Amino acid sequence: MERMNWIADIFGLWARRCMALVALVMLAACAQNTPSGGAGDFAAGSVNDPSSPAYFQARVGDRVFFAVDKSDLSPEARTTLNAQAAWLMENTLYDAIIQGHTDERGTREYNLALGARRANSVFEYLILQGVPEGRLRTVSFGKERPQEACSSEACYAQNRRSVTLVASGTGV
Amino acid sequence: MTRLFALLAAMGAAWAVTTSLVHAQSGPLRIEITDGVVEPLPVAISPFVTGSLQEQALATSLVEVIKADLEGTGLFRSISPDAFVSPVTNFDSPVAYADWKVINAQALVTGELTQSGNRITVKFRLFDVFSEVPLGDGLSFSGTQADLRRVAHKVADAVYNRITGEAPYFDSRVVFVAETGPKNARQKRLAIMDYDGANVQNLTDGRDLVLAPRISRDAGRVLFTSYASGFPQIYEMSLGTLRARPLAEQPGTMTFSPRYSPDGRSILFSLSQRGNTDLYRLDLGSGTRTRLTTNASIETAPSFSPDGRQIVFESDRSGKPQLYVMPGNGGTPQRISRGPGRYGTPVWSPTGTHIAFTKQNQGRFHIGVMRPDGSEERLLTASFLDEAPTWAPNGRVLMFTREAPGANSAPQLFTVDITGRNLRPVSTQVAGSDAAWSPVLN
Repeated sequence: MERMNWIADIFGLWARRCMALVALVMLAACAQNTPSGGAGDFAAGSVNDPSSPAYFQARVGDRVFFAVDKSDLSPEARTTLNAQAAWLMENTLYDAIIQGHTDERGTREYNLALGARRANSVFEYLILQGVPEGRLRTVSFGKERPQEACSSEACYAQNRRSVTLVASGTGV
Repeated sequence: MTRLFALLAAMGAAWAVTTSLVHAQSGPLRIEITDGVVEPLPVAISPFVTGSLQEQALATSLVEVIKADLEGTGLFRSISPDAFVSPVTNFDSPVAYADWKVINAQALVTGELTQSGNRITVKFRLFDVFSEVPLGDGLSFSGTQADLRRVAHKVADAVYNRITGEAPYFDSRVVFVAETGPKNARQKRLAIMDYDGANVQNLTDGRDLVLAPRISRDAGRVLFTSYASGFPQIYEMSLGTLRARPLAEQPGTMTFSPRYSPDGRSILFSLSQRGNTDLYRLDLGSGTRTRLTTNASIETAPSFSPDGRQIVFESDRSGKPQLYVMPGNGGTPQRISRGPGRYGTPVWSPTGTHIAFTKQNQGRFHIGVMRPDGSEERLLTASFLDEAPTWAPNGRVLMFTREAPGANSAPQLFTVDITGRNLRPVSTQVAGSDAAWSPVLN
């Protein structure tokens, strides 16, 4: 019974968001899904379920990028993080782990510390937007987990990132 | 004897002279130093005297290891046994110096291997061929067959020590990170090997990401960083039991970059909290933690001087990473790195005379050394990515991580002399990084 209510809530939330939010990503999502209707498109946990981690990752945007050796947030990063904060405040069942990553151009130790700075920039910003601190935790991977493996700026730019992972009951 | 010492004097000259041509001559022994390259000393290692085919097979393996140790220094060249006029057949017979002079062997190693059950005993002697005198007394080592490589390292250490005057380093082990899998999903295992890459043994199963191990001076314990909890935390493993325990746990923080104090009773490490990374010291016995820095900048990669009185570390308080030295229990740091570029991972040499470091400048990475006051900086290597130096027990050689660019690259361990000569890969069977070299074993 609880589960049913929860899914109903999601649909309610979905409807509200389509009306209220003007973010391009959201419009695209609404445009794509509203006409065809069908409950199957809103399967819980799918990328079309706006309260799912998959939705957070694909539609809200789970990552922001940083300049070389920097941890300050660009205007684009702030836009993404505003959407992350809104999602987290709507979906209070979820906690988040913020990963900080670097490119490979630095020593392992320094990059761990730099990744910690990046993760913390996101952490502080999300708190400022109203996300309770107790739902967030940071971790640095330094240069250990690149998104892209090539050794050129095109890949490095993708690797200098923070990634917000949401999961329910992570106990952070 | 005098000629060997003449060679040593020339090797000393190589230290200082890196770009000019030096041509030294002393009697029949020629030493050529070009661009810092020393002409290796020709050494004859006579096949060790044995009494059975089984002993002979063991002795052949033994001599191969001795030869590889000596040649690996770049200071010695082993003369092919094919050239030997009359190999030694009786360990206690007088040496026929003329037979070794004629093939221009400057030094001669003779030995005997005997086996009794699982136990082997190796005797050896070293001679200065042209002066026709023994170099030091004969020595004897024994152990089980499993110790054969260690016995060989002990013999080679004695030869190296007697001819160069430097402390030995071959009978030592290296803890490192063995790496497998693609670059964006690397599996990392703690592993331990002999200094030359032999006898690799995994210490962890690869399930958790592990980084940058450090080995204690008694070679019995290893500090490392593991993501076993999902977050980087420092652990200490006993090499006897392979059990690891977390150190310095504190919710909401990350800890990494640990290093032992010289007495092994405390550690230095970095702790990140709210994005700020500072240095701490932890007493392993009492668990007492002391914060050593309180800056808003990044402070990491701490390393004690061998007397424990000072700490060298990396900080970006000036805007980019540089090296600083401060008292062993904290206090005002002095910046010691002065050149262009970014400096990191400083490591104090076991002799206290140098600090090795990683330097990033104009798109290249270097391993370098400087004096503890920052003077006499010299870069020893250059590549796309060199980092994480560790000192040989005698402070003459550095091992470090090198990785080529590209999606399919994998790191490899290399060694280089602190003269910048003799750069060579360590022949590990797996990709390896982040070496930590133990002291010479007992």
